[in-house]
Amino acid sequence: MDATIAPLFCSGGGCTAKLGPRALSRVLSQLPAPTDPDLLVGFASSDDAAVLRLTDDLAVVSTLDFFPPVVADPYTFGQIAAANAMSDVWAMGGRVRTALNIVAFGEDGDLNQLGAILAGGAERVAAAGASLAGGHSITGDGVLYGLSVTGTVDPRHLWRNDTPQPGDALVLTKPLGVGIACAAHRLDSAPPGAFEAAVASMTELNLRAAELLQTPHAVTDVTGFGLAGHLLEMLGTDFSATIDTLALPLIPHVRTLAEGFFLTAAAQRNRTHAEANGLVFDRVPFGVQEVLFDAQTSGGLLVAMPRPDADAYVAALADDRAASGTRLAASIIGTVTERAEHTILVR
Amino acid sequence: MQTLDLTGKSCPIPVIETKKALEASAPGTTFEVIVDNPTSVENLAKFASQRGYGFVRGSDAPGEFRVQLTSPDADAAGSAEGAPAASGRKVRVVAVSSRTMGEGDERLGATLLKGFLYALTEADAWPDSVLFYNGGAYLTTEGSESIEDLKRLEDAGVQVLTCGTCLNHYGLGDKLAVGGVSNMYTIVEILSAADLIIKP
Repeated sequence: MDATIAPLFCSGGGCTAKLGPRALSRVLSQLPAPTDPDLLVGFASSDDAAVLRLTDDLAVVSTLDFFPPVVADPYTFGQIAAANAMSDVWAMGGRVRTALNIVAFGEDGDLNQLGAILAGGAERVAAAGASLAGGHSITGDGVLYGLSVTGTVDPRHLWRNDTPQPGDALVLTKPLGVGIACAAHRLDSAPPGAFEAAVASMTELNLRAAELLQTPHAVTDVTGFGLAGHLLEMLGTDFSATIDTLALPLIPHVRTLAEGFFLTAAAQRNRTHAEANGLVFDRVPFGVQEVLFDAQTSGGLLVAMPRPDADAYVAALADDRAASGTRLAASIIGTVTERAEHTILVR
Repeated sequence: MQTLDLTGKSCPIPVIETKKALEASAPGTTFEVIVDNPTSVENLAKFASQRGYGFVRGSDAPGEFRVQLTSPDADAAGSAEGAPAASGRKVRVVAVSSRTMGEGDERLGATLLKGFLYALTEADAWPDSVLFYNGGAYLTTEGSESIEDLKRLEDAGVQVLTCGTCLNHYGLGDKLAVGGVSNMYTIVEILSAADLIIKP
């Protein structure tokens, strides 16, 4: 394997640049397990962020995320990277407090470009009500940008990613397909509206989606492993789920683009992983199948919650959208069940 | 046999370039494609299986994976597409007369109708015409979530028509996003000539 490590990842930036779930879990299994009893969430459950309890009612949430440009416009790239990095804190039920920039930039690069990236990131951090407090930059061949984000949470009300209950509704707060739309856009093949919708979704904060959420059973955000991969993490070995493809919110045109094979390497890795772990389709057309594996950058929250709560949440987010102009919309996309033969049944 | 050297290209470029080359060449053409990573090989295999193309794995060397893809012969290619309307075939017409499918909850009805129109694009036999009248006019106009599906049908030769009176009544006269506008004469004619009328 060693000889092929470098070219294994053919990526287009954003969360499509994430290491595959299979590769990652193998490497992580080699690391020593942490033993601090106050470390409430480490990487054992593949959760969104680390959580360290300081006192009975206060814990610190730590996360970081960075990647190569996912869009050509530097300011927009900065916004997307920041929205994406902070999302992990909201997925834990936390409040974002500070963020630090992580930058790699070419020595000969145009500093205006870097300035625009950082301005975009700073704008989103400010919009989240948090403080941009510093950062670290290095020179490098390619551009990388992201943030290390610190938040706070009451450890008694932590939202884990792997504690759903049978009968829960599964709710998703952003449309799927940004990876497909961006891949087609890079090749000048995206119909009008597809890329624009993807950018609008990626720059949107999951802040209100988290603030309006009350006592969910499990929460994660959908990023590089796609809906299928993150749902598999949520279900673990104890639960299964059914997904209704008719209810999946989609970026316009992505089904057609998927049929045209604007599919990333990350999506193929995600498909391989999910199908090896019990995901089955019941007569679902190819273009819709691919949407479940599409790597999302700054994707929506995926929530498991009782059905009546889910209905109320969908309505609350719709009201909030009308009132505050966010682009978030919650859709009930499926149901958690007792463990079955399949892990995820998609129909 | 022609060779496409796509080493150094990241997904989806290898598949897209291979697709373009195959579509631009005669039926039955074989290309040898060289890529530099196993994920691109998996993506090419998936593409071949979806499109009914021949797929043969060649030799693997570090950083160099060779596969062969062959497009189907001419007669096979003709039957692979879901082309409508051969002679002697029944004329099918879909008539959509409201914004919803079935009676009951309206939001559910709208979701069902959206799903119906999508499933129609995936069905083995496509209709000859899809007619929209009364509340159905909302499905072919700006803001409808079914435009993409209806455009697919239209591109494949399915006649998509919306009742002009209805567009005007709902103030949608300048909002038509797919298909043409028809009057009641045309609608009567199409419905009368149909062997099968499908009403969702």
